Amino acid sequence: MQGTEGVTPPFIIMLRSLCLALLCLSVPLLGPACAQPAPTPIEEILLQNSDLIEESSRRTIEPAIAALSESGLPEAADVMIMWRDKELWRRKSDGRFFRIEPTDDRDTYLMKSLVTGEEIGPIGRRDVDQIKPNSGIRGLIDGALVQFQLTDPNPSVRRASLDSLARDPSADQLPILRRAIKNEAEPGIKAQMARIERLLTVRFDEDIEARIEAIESFAGDLGVDVRATLNPLLTTVRKAIREDPDTENVAATLTPGTDAFSYDAAYDFLVSQDLAPKTINAAARDAAIVANIENGSVAGIPVATLDTRLARDAAYDKLTENGAVSPALTEAEREDLVDTFNFFDAYREDPQITEAVLGTIGAINTKVRLNEMADLSLDALSLASIYFLAAIGLAITFGVMGVINMAHGEFIMMGAYTAYVVQLFIPDRTLSIIVALPLAFLVTFAAGVILERLVIRWLYHRPLETLLATFGVSIALQQLAKNIFGTQARPLTAPDWLGGQLVFNDVVAISYIRIAIFVLAIVFFVLLLFVLNRTRLGLEVRAVRQNPRMASSMGIDRERVNMLTFGLGSGIAGIAGVAIGLFAKVTSELGQAYIVQSFMTVVVGGVGNVWGTLAGATLIGFLQKGIEWFNPSNTLAAQTYMIVFIIIFIQFRPRGIVALKGRAAEA
Amino acid sequence: MQQKKTLCALLTAAGLGTFGLAGPAAAQQECPIKVGILHSLSGTMAISETTLKDTMLMLIDQQNEKGGLLGCELESVVVDPASDWPLFAEKARELLTVHDVDVIFGNWTSVSRKSVLPVIEELNGLLFYPVQYEGEESSKNVFYTGAAPNQQAIPAVDYFLEELGVEKFALLGTDYVYPRTTNKILEQYLKDKGIAEADIFVNYTPFGHSDWSKIVSDVVALGADGKKVGVISTINGDANVGFYKELAASGVSADDIPVVAFSVGEEELSGLDTSNLVGHLAAWNYFQSADTPENEEFVAAWKTRMGDDRVTNDPMEAHYIGFNMWVNAVEAAGTTDVDAVSEAMIGQEFPNLTGGIAKMLPNHHLAKPVLIGEIQDDGQFDIISQTEEVDGDAWTDFLPESAVLISDWKDLKCGMYNTETKTCVQIKSNY
Amino acid sequence: MRTRSVIYQPHVIVVLSLLVVFTVAIVSFSEAAGGFLSTSLVKTLGMTLCLCLVAIAMDLVWGYTGILSLGHFAFFGLGGYMIGMWLMYARTEQIVIEAAAGAPLPPTPQEIQDAIGTQIFGVVGGSDIPAIWMFAGSLPIQLLLVVLVPGVLALIFGWLAFRSRVTGVYLSILTQALTLALSLYLFQNENGLRGNNGLSGLQIIPGAEDVPQSRISVYFFVASAVALGLGYVLSAWLVSGKFGSIIRGIRDDEARVRFLGYSVEHYKLFVFTLTAVIAGVAGALYYPQAGIINPAEMAPIASIYLAVWVAIGGRGRLYGAVIGAAFVSLLSTWFTGGRAPDINLGFYTIHWVDWWQVLLGLSFVVITVYAPKGIAGIFDVLSRPAKTSARPVKTAEKARAS
Repeated sequence: MQGTEGVTPPFIIMLRSLCLALLCLSVPLLGPACAQPAPTPIEEILLQNSDLIEESSRRTIEPAIAALSESGLPEAADVMIMWRDKELWRRKSDGRFFRIEPTDDRDTYLMKSLVTGEEIGPIGRRDVDQIKPNSGIRGLIDGALVQFQLTDPNPSVRRASLDSLARDPSADQLPILRRAIKNEAEPGIKAQMARIERLLTVRFDEDIEARIEAIESFAGDLGVDVRATLNPLLTTVRKAIREDPDTENVAATLTPGTDAFSYDAAYDFLVSQDLAPKTINAAARDAAIVANIENGSVAGIPVATLDTRLARDAAYDKLTENGAVSPALTEAEREDLVDTFNFFDAYREDPQITEAVLGTIGAINTKVRLNEMADLSLDALSLASIYFLAAIGLAITFGVMGVINMAHGEFIMMGAYTAYVVQLFIPDRTLSIIVALPLAFLVTFAAGVILERLVIRWLYHRPLETLLATFGVSIALQQLAKNIFGTQARPLTAPDWLGGQLVFNDVVAISYIRIAIFVLAIVFFVLLLFVLNRTRLGLEVRAVRQNPRMASSMGIDRERVNMLTFGLGSGIAGIAGVAIGLFAKVTSELGQAYIVQSFMTVVVGGVGNVWGTLAGATLIGFLQKGIEWFNPSNTLAAQTYMIVFIIIFIQFRPRGIVALKGRAAEA
Repeated sequence: MQQKKTLCALLTAAGLGTFGLAGPAAAQQECPIKVGILHSLSGTMAISETTLKDTMLMLIDQQNEKGGLLGCELESVVVDPASDWPLFAEKARELLTVHDVDVIFGNWTSVSRKSVLPVIEELNGLLFYPVQYEGEESSKNVFYTGAAPNQQAIPAVDYFLEELGVEKFALLGTDYVYPRTTNKILEQYLKDKGIAEADIFVNYTPFGHSDWSKIVSDVVALGADGKKVGVISTINGDANVGFYKELAASGVSADDIPVVAFSVGEEELSGLDTSNLVGHLAAWNYFQSADTPENEEFVAAWKTRMGDDRVTNDPMEAHYIGFNMWVNAVEAAGTTDVDAVSEAMIGQEFPNLTGGIAKMLPNHHLAKPVLIGEIQDDGQFDIISQTEEVDGDAWTDFLPESAVLISDWKDLKCGMYNTETKTCVQIKSNY
Repeated sequence: MRTRSVIYQPHVIVVLSLLVVFTVAIVSFSEAAGGFLSTSLVKTLGMTLCLCLVAIAMDLVWGYTGILSLGHFAFFGLGGYMIGMWLMYARTEQIVIEAAAGAPLPPTPQEIQDAIGTQIFGVVGGSDIPAIWMFAGSLPIQLLLVVLVPGVLALIFGWLAFRSRVTGVYLSILTQALTLALSLYLFQNENGLRGNNGLSGLQIIPGAEDVPQSRISVYFFVASAVALGLGYVLSAWLVSGKFGSIIRGIRDDEARVRFLGYSVEHYKLFVFTLTAVIAGVAGALYYPQAGIINPAEMAPIASIYLAVWVAIGGRGRLYGAVIGAAFVSLLSTWFTGGRAPDINLGFYTIHWVDWWQVLLGLSFVVITVYAPKGIAGIFDVLSRPAKTSARPVKTAEKARAS
């Protein structure tokens, strides 16, 4: 970390800048360093605080910010903004501050005056230092700017200022905010101001009644900021006193000897409060024994026999008998000592406040929990739609043709790379996605048809071998992608209108991109239902699925149906690839990450049925999120448990949730 | 049957030809001096490690242009362990016994280093390991030029605590050894700093994880008790893409919830649109944007050799320092003999690319400055904090079982010395 | 009686005698015996023999019984983990006890345990010895576990799967899921097998630290060769008798065999479990030579590669599996090792490191589609050019069995 050098006394800084000014005045020939006007008042302030500014640490910077914001100079706000935006530069030779503009020559910059912006002259790149406040300091500057910006004519500045006020409020901002509310014209900002004013009232107002009123006004509010304001009011501090805790605002009393608060914990707490002597732990015991070794034995016990805990305890007891070490308290003594104390957690706040907070936050927390469930369901739904998109193509080929396509994942990857390539040629993101979706379908459709013609149609009677052959294709395609695109993740960026998220409240939100994927999944679900149930192709597909030979003899061209089905399944994989690439990443291993899950989805849902895949995807999506909810710290474990669950599930429904009946099931 | 025999004979012959013959062990200094490069050129780690192979080739070429070393030409021996951990051990053995290399520069993942360690120690080789790692190791035959936890993680957490005022920590990591150990150290460190256990949220995700919505919303929800939340990310590789995309989609700005990453460098950012990530942080010992003449020269040489769109990163600087120190140590020792060079290595100094001087410590780790950079929209980092040189600590002081251990190959000649019992726990490493 | 007849089968004689010749040659030319074969080559060849053994197991379960298991490499890995636990524990225990000898107080058993825990698990940030390491200090028990753990897991899984008549592609997917679950499980640090770091330094044999690796590599090579020989004879014995006919019958038409009154499930379960045990033994011999085992070794892809070897070598023939495993794994090592010369086409240079996988994938497709008998099929063509019957050996055996 930065060396924590002491703050230079202000008078020395004054002296230095004075000398500097004098020097420049008296020796005009000194050179370009002085060839500019003397420091303006605002520059003086910067110079006086230049050590702090250079040290650039949030812990020490506050005097510098205060000096600027309280200077009353009209340009103070502008300079603070410049500082925040890293536009402040400091000349190494004399420590004066400037603005800088790059020139054509990359080794020289153009210096400009801080306040007026007039050009001063060129300077070498290595002769100036950029002042880079870290985000902690930037937050403080923003906080100090609130008083200037809360009444700024530009609404977006006011909004930004409110954001920084809400982020890190302080007590002295409350009056500023209250004043600003009165003059605010725009209703949206005014409402936000009023909300923040209530939050600040809860925290900083001195009038208890006003605080309680503000607290109660937030009943049922789900905002994180509300909880962030109310929860700290309920912080407790643990205490142990011998008297009755009548004067305290007790949150909970603790009884030593219960599961939640054992005697050991109670005693440790007393030790930490210096209310009881330390216990002797193993390390201390051993140290004492080692210190008392004489001629290879301790208190008459040979050292070589001290290789168990009991032996060492015995040796220590011997030592206490000899008076060589101080005795440890026995367990009974410790418990007796503990019993002379009352243990409790006490609120730091006034009872009236805590009562109001408890009432308000209790209702909020119940509501938050319900909303968390809703949010989790949305996540699960989103995951399910991704699995659905990834698996439906597989389900079609598997169901109709009994063919396992291990290269399905690589078709997904192909779709994603198609979108990436399209984005290289069409920079407009919206347009590129519109082009990429059908193109990805076409590319993977073609790839699917080629694979079917070249490989799979030779293997219809050997389903296990299609699994292996398509695995070979998968290895080759994956490596091919690595050779062409490299192993690094490629950027595929969603258009801006898919960028944010749909916010229901501070708990329930879902990103637009996931909504888009959800919609895409629905569209393909409906489309497939339509194609399979309402079109000639669908009829043929169903016929081939139910009885290939009879279908053939009815004049259905089996080869064509198989080819088209395989193409269709692969094409949807391409679409899924675009979707997955948009919300996650585009790498050569993208497909691999989804292939096993896709198989699970198909197997759990039941083969060859769009509804089955839907059921499978939903089950797996919700299951995975559910397990993650139980065990939030380990997503990997969630995946393990899910697979184990599926293995067990298959035991009971070997044909999946939606099982085909009759002859089709034997295919 | 005849054919079978022929085939087998062929197989055997192919096998023999394939693996080469064991040459006689080189006893005295001979030309050329061979530098083994043990980085994966295929498989999952290829993307990161290929860059390091190219860096080494560049450094070796540069050295040869300067007239080589001890009057000898340097010759590189490149092998490909293919991101396959057992293969790393095999290739290391091959480098040392078949190619008789004088030094090896290599490895990226900890598991690959653990795989190579027994071989290097058995055959008394010399390995330079250039990547940040979890510490808890110090081998006689390895020089660690990457960051130990106290040279990356701890300063970053200090920055969070002191500069950003973070009071609640989310430690997100990919589930493997570096994040696990680093987070364990950080948890202890944070507790020592007075952060309650309830204010530390830990989550592990698999490699290449892509479904981040739940985790990101969990992190946002941490702010509900009014404490400022910060994320310490040890998320590895590709998974970062999805994570940062989800962060951006949730509108989490660096001002609300700052994220500091230990595994995200210039390479990783090149797969991302960084405009929504401006202000999030990374901690390293080197950033490409470091403004020094040495770095300018290094970056220029790299771009001339590899193309304008290539970036430099922290492990590259580690190799740069390691290689130059090795060259100087060989010159000081007058031989490439491993024991002599190892002895000469300790105390070697070489200028960092970020300014200041790196120094090789008796525990085979470097003293290097720690830098914290903010992500900019051009995919580079803006360095906002740079410390003095920090001594790399092989055994962390923040875990009770390793706090008593030190490593000193100069005086104590031990990589795992228990300062309490004053004994050397073991000369070789625990693999 | 049947045992003797097995020994006299031509392919058994050829394979065994080749194995003996090969072993003697390698041993006598090895570095340890003053020869020119480097230790790393001996290790590679020894590991290849282990791969051949697990390929035989795969051939039994897939080529003969028709169960395409995508999980046998997981059993292989489990065997490796079981022996790895003992290797690590015993080695560390030795170090700890030696280090403790210098301390002022003799160590308590608890202190030794703690120190071992710190040594082994310090790297993954732990210090307690998990319960599954309970027997790690005992070689006989861990050796037993090498057989038991894969065996029992296969037994339970197989019982569940075969009982509910999961067959064909479904079963393959399910075994793949099992493999994935297992490797994900092992990836987790808290499950006590050091997560992604796995168990390492396995080439150091406790109690034999002073024996140079060149000697150890030869010992393991011989052990692997013996195991392969035994495994081959056992498998040949199994598939040559009535048992062999029944499992082949199950492969070709499960329903018909069931109608003949055989308990198909029991046969399948027996083969599945036995092959899992063989795989476990092969793994236990493999990983001390490799030096490290981690969950990535057991990823689903490894089991698929196993199927690939067998398919390329030739299914339904034991020697086919051996050829496939040896051929493909050695070729892979050669190509990915950067030793194959790059081909410069003028406009593009083919780096084999990059293109080998593509070639492997495509050649695999070609073999599956056009040469389902694999490399071993070449022998049929060469030795019995007149016969056109698809599986001559099998038909003959079938005739004898009935």
